[in-house]
Amino acid sequence: MASPAPLPSEAPPLHERLVIRNLPDNAALTQQLLSPIWRGGSRWWLWPLLFCSSGLLALLFFVLIFYTFAEGIGVWGNNIPVAWAYAITDFVWWIGIGHAGTFISAFLILLNQKWRASINRIAEAMTLFALVNAMIFPVLHLGRPWFFYWLIPYPSAMRVWPNFRSALPWDVAAISTYFTVSLLFWYVGLIPDLAAVRDSAPGAIRKRIYGLLALGWRGASRHWQRYRIAYIILAGLATPLVISVHSIVSLDFSIAQLPGWHSTIFPPYFVVGAIYSGFAMVLMLILPIRSAFGLHDVITERHLDVLGKMLLVMGMLLAYSYVCEAFTAYYSGNQFEQYTYLFARPMGPYAWVYWSMTLCNVLTPQIFWWSYLRTNVVALFCASVVIFVAMWAERFMLIVTSLNRDFLPSSWHFYAPTWVDWGILIGSLGLFCFLFFAFLRWAPFIPLSELKRTRFELRREAEHGLP
Amino acid sequence: MRPFRARVQVMGEFSSAEALLRAVERLRAAGYRRLEAYSPFEIPGLSAALGLERPRLSLYILICGLLGCLFAYWIQWYANVWNYLLIVGNRPIHPVLAFIPATFEGTVLGASLGAFFGLLAWTGLPTLWHPVFEIEGFERTTIDRFWITAACGTDERDAEQDAEHGERVLAELGALRVVRLRETP
Repeated sequence: MASPAPLPSEAPPLHERLVIRNLPDNAALTQQLLSPIWRGGSRWWLWPLLFCSSGLLALLFFVLIFYTFAEGIGVWGNNIPVAWAYAITDFVWWIGIGHAGTFISAFLILLNQKWRASINRIAEAMTLFALVNAMIFPVLHLGRPWFFYWLIPYPSAMRVWPNFRSALPWDVAAISTYFTVSLLFWYVGLIPDLAAVRDSAPGAIRKRIYGLLALGWRGASRHWQRYRIAYIILAGLATPLVISVHSIVSLDFSIAQLPGWHSTIFPPYFVVGAIYSGFAMVLMLILPIRSAFGLHDVITERHLDVLGKMLLVMGMLLAYSYVCEAFTAYYSGNQFEQYTYLFARPMGPYAWVYWSMTLCNVLTPQIFWWSYLRTNVVALFCASVVIFVAMWAERFMLIVTSLNRDFLPSSWHFYAPTWVDWGILIGSLGLFCFLFFAFLRWAPFIPLSELKRTRFELRREAEHGLP
Repeated sequence: MRPFRARVQVMGEFSSAEALLRAVERLRAAGYRRLEAYSPFEIPGLSAALGLERPRLSLYILICGLLGCLFAYWIQWYANVWNYLLIVGNRPIHPVLAFIPATFEGTVLGASLGAFFGLLAWTGLPTLWHPVFEIEGFERTTIDRFWITAACGTDERDAEQDAEHGERVLAELGALRVVRLRETP
């Protein structure tokens, strides 16, 4: 290969400034991004407050889980025919949020998108902690949660096996695989940065802890070569996996014959909704992080702009799915389908949920046709919160409106949640925040080595022209 | 795959990836074949410049994925068709389609575990101690410094003379520091 020309010492070229702005040199950059781990950042006094508040909510979560186990599932609002309500809504919602993390880190590395490097670690951690919550809900909902291990195919004396003709064991396979792969992908990505933390750590104890986690990484080129192969293959595996997971979750619904559930559009419709809510969550996380840690040069307007566009695209795809669903029901000529889609949902007892969630999900992203709003922090944050809540409402609408009015009017039943349902939902948000704060406090949440590599590549492209 | 090991090595420290790539080229031209570089990030084109062979890691991951696939299908067939046949709702005795989702997940799980443990096997990690860690200031390698290591001494060339020559080459290239690393056998 040709020997590269020396680096320009002046301002970096235009297209580099778009992805990452005038970053300091590598030593100062490392210092800037890793010093919050040692000193807690400029607002260090906020940490105890954040940990205490989210910790209390997480405690509420576990207390209410204990209460549910001790008293039985009757403390929830579920009753026949609405046997699935908040727990499954929360499950589908949390697992959907996880999808954007894998989308950002795996899809975008395969497409060689350079803007991925600044936010992929945050998105991956979001996936992991959302999955922790998602895995708890189906277990709570089992009725006899202490027998959850019966879902795993293991040889027992009873010869009781899970029935793989049902969609529920597919869920177990999909979610446990997704969690394992997300964890491996996240950890493999962390190894070189943990080594950087080890090498800039003050004090022997922290050096040892991070040194153990970094597995003795020394940045050898043989290691980098193998690391790249393994990382790209993991990304290639995670990409179809993320599509499969929410598709399988959607099959829990579409395999049933209930009107409103029994539809072939469900797998793509669920995946789109998942990525949509996940992007909203990514924005809700990176906007405060960006301003709290002063990362305006690492997470630039370019990132916000791209994320705003993603919300718009996913919102439009979701709107298409809504229209398509309703049209299919109308065109099917099936009176039960027509009743659910054209009467029960828009005019039934949950009509306000239906209309507010449809309008919020479809209209909110339309503001991102204006490039000014795509880089406006307040607009992005508010839109993300609206979408985040509306996507929860979508899953609630989907589950409850179909169940509460099925074929026979004599079996119709109005569902209302109890305070335990609400407490578990809010508590799960607390658990997520607690885990996420711990990650922000003690882990390198911006991928340092990726960022350094991205800068090197961008400069070389500027020198020699695009490859 | 042979791990990088030599009795006498010369090491040079550089402050940029470009300088490192130049050094790799010069040392290769000077006849040093067993080279290793250390850098804070993956430098595109470095493994080609060093002449590293592509390891068989991908093949191994493929095999792990296929094993995962076979195992996942087999356990479903064994549980639901062979060991305890349970026919509910007049579904087929051997429902191939119903077994596909979990088989797919098993494939991905097998390949991903293979990728992770393969990475550990092919890099020899975890290795918590390595001779290079004894060099003062080597910890900056994960932050902003680049090192090149050349193994000295072949059948024809004497290790000590080779090392002296290597040190001169590295100094000419403008290395910030040149270190000779000896390993006791």
